[in-house]
Amino acid sequence: MQNKIKMDKILFGDNQFFAVNHISDEKSMAQSIKFKDDDAIIKTLDIARQAGINTFMCTTHDRIANICDIIRADPEKYKDFKMFPCMPYAHKYANAVTESGITGTLKQYVPGNFLGSLFKGGVAYLSKDYLSIMELLIDAEMKMFKGIDTPVIFLQNVLTDLLLGLGMIEVLGAFHSYVEKKYNAEAGFITMNMPKLLRELEKVGIENPIICSSINQAGFRMSGGKELYESVLKTRKLRAIAMQVLGGGAINPKQAIEYVCSLPNIESILFGASSKANITQTVGYINNFNKLYV
Amino acid sequence: MLKAGVIGLGKMGISHAAIVGAHPSVDFVAVCDVSSVVLDVFKKYTRVNTYSDYVKMIDKEELDFVVIATPTKFHYPVVKYALEKNIHVFCEKPFSLTSVEGTELAKIAKRKSLINQVGYHNNFVGTFRELKRLLGENVIGEIVHFTGEAYGPVVTKEKGGTWRSNPAEGGGCTSDYASHVVNLIQEVIGRPVKINGTLLKSIYSKGVDDAVYSLLTLDNDISGVLLVNWSDDTYRKMSTSLTIQGKMGKIFCDATEIRIFMKEDNQKEKLEKGWTTKYITEFALPVNFYLRGEEYSAQIDYFVDNVLNKKQGSYNTFEQGLHTNKVIEMILDNAKQN
Repeated sequence: MQNKIKMDKILFGDNQFFAVNHISDEKSMAQSIKFKDDDAIIKTLDIARQAGINTFMCTTHDRIANICDIIRADPEKYKDFKMFPCMPYAHKYANAVTESGITGTLKQYVPGNFLGSLFKGGVAYLSKDYLSIMELLIDAEMKMFKGIDTPVIFLQNVLTDLLLGLGMIEVLGAFHSYVEKKYNAEAGFITMNMPKLLRELEKVGIENPIICSSINQAGFRMSGGKELYESVLKTRKLRAIAMQVLGGGAINPKQAIEYVCSLPNIESILFGASSKANITQTVGYINNFNKLYV
Repeated sequence: MLKAGVIGLGKMGISHAAIVGAHPSVDFVAVCDVSSVVLDVFKKYTRVNTYSDYVKMIDKEELDFVVIATPTKFHYPVVKYALEKNIHVFCEKPFSLTSVEGTELAKIAKRKSLINQVGYHNNFVGTFRELKRLLGENVIGEIVHFTGEAYGPVVTKEKGGTWRSNPAEGGGCTSDYASHVVNLIQEVIGRPVKINGTLLKSIYSKGVDDAVYSLLTLDNDISGVLLVNWSDDTYRKMSTSLTIQGKMGKIFCDATEIRIFMKEDNQKEKLEKGWTTKYITEFALPVNFYLRGEEYSAQIDYFVDNVLNKKQGSYNTFEQGLHTNKVIEMILDNAKQN
C-alpha cells in the first residue's frame, strides 16, 4: 500500500488548543484559558478551513473526542475534512505511570478484561501478546474517530523515539502494519531523530515512510544537526512533514517558511496557530514560497 | 565502547535506557527490574540481557557504568554495590533516602575515583545555564531576593498506593518534586544553609506533603523562598522556575524562556533597558538523540564523556546531590519545629 494518499501541503496542528507551547509556559497558560470551550477550538478550525486547510493533525486528547462529535454531526460542512490522529496522548499515560506504575497503567487503560486475565495468568501466558496489547490500545485511542476520514495515523514522538532508542524497531513495524490492516491507513511517525529513525525503519523493510519531524532554520530539535537533516532530505527517500518550522515562534515567520519551502522532499508543513491573523499569514507565506520553489 | 546497564525500569529508567541505547559510544547490554512483565518486553524485543537481581547483573556483566533509577530507598544498597565493584554510577534524584547514606556513598565514590552523577536534569537545561552565566556576569547587580518554584499535576486526587505516598521511602512533594528546585537554587544561586520557616501542606495525600513553602538563606547570605506544589492541575506537566530580583534588574527563568528586566542598558550583554525575552531555541544544548527534552540526553552524554575521559565532571556530583538531601532534611526538620 505504498503512497496511498497524497497528503495536503498544509496540515493544521493542535498544540495551541491544549496548552502545549515549546518555548513559553506563560503562553501555554494563556492558550489554556482561550480554548477552555470546544466552541473556541471549532471556531479556530473554521478559520483554518477558510484559509484552505483541510487536514487537522491532532493528539488523542480527551477533548478531541468532543471535536469529533461536532464534525460527525455536520457531514455536509466537513465533507472533505480529514483528521490525522497522533497517539498516544502521552501525558495521560506518563502521569499514570508515575502514580500507579507500568502494570497499574496497563490495567487502567487496556480495555475489557484482557489484562485482568493476563496478570492473573502470569507472565508466561502473556508473553506472546504484547503486540495484541498494543493493538487494543490503538483501538481504544481510535474509537473517538469512528466515521471520520483518518488516512494517516501517527505515533507520537515520545513513543517513536523511546522505541527507537531501545532498539524495539519491530514494534514500530507492528504499528505500521496494524494501522494499515485494521484502519486502511498509512502509518506516520513523529520523531525528534529523523535521520536515525529513517535508517532503522528501512532496515525493517518500511520504505518511503511518512516521517514528521522538527525542521527549521534555527536547527531547533533537529538531533544530529541541521546539515544532517538537509542531507537526508536531499538524498534519501521519505515523505517528510516539517513541524516546528517557526522554532516555536522564535524565528521570523517569513524567513522560517522560506527556509522550509526551499528544502526538497517536504510533502507537508504542519503548523498550529490561535489567531486568524497568524493562520492567514502563515498559509500565505507557505503558498507563496511553495510556488517559488516548485 | 563502554558497557552499560540500567537498574530500575520505571518512567525515568526506561527513558534513560533509550538514551543509553542510542548513544554511539555505549554498548547497552543489561537491564534489571522486579517487574517480570517489563523484563519480558525487553527480552522479546531487544538484545539486552535481563535480570531481576542487580547483584547478579553487576557480577556477571563486567559493566563500565550503571544508571540507577530504582525507587529512592534502594539507591543506597544498589549504588554501594556498584561502587564496590568499581563501576561508574549515574543515579537518579533524589540521591539517597538519608544524608547519612549519601555521605557514605559520596565518600566511596571519591576514594575509588569513580565517575558519579545524580540526575538533576535542570542543570542541563540551556536557559538555566544562561541564567547562571548572567548572574556570574552580575547583570542584575546585588541580589536581594529569589523565588524558586515548581508546580505540576502529580497527585491530583485522594488515593495513595505507590512509594511516592510513603514518607519513609522518600515520598512526598518535598523529598521528591521540591528536590529539583532546591538543587537548582543550590547550583544557580547559592547553597541553602539555613531554613527560616516552613509550611508543609497535604492536599490530597495522607501522611505526606503535597506542597512545601519555605524561607531559605544561602551560603552567600542571599535569602528567598521555595514554593513547590505537585497537586496543581492548572499545569500540564512539571513547570520549574527561578525569579531573581537584583538592585539593577530582575530575571525570570524557566525551562523554555528567560525574561530579563534591566533598569539601565547593559551594552556588554546587549540588553536594553526594560524587558528582553530569550527562548530555549537559542540555548538548547545540542544532542545526537532526543527524548522528552535535550537535558535528559545532555546529562547522559556528559556522564559518558566523563567516563570515557576518566575525569569527574563538575555538574551534578554525588556531593552536590548529597547537599540537596541535607537541605531537604533541614526543611522537613524545620517544618516539624513549627
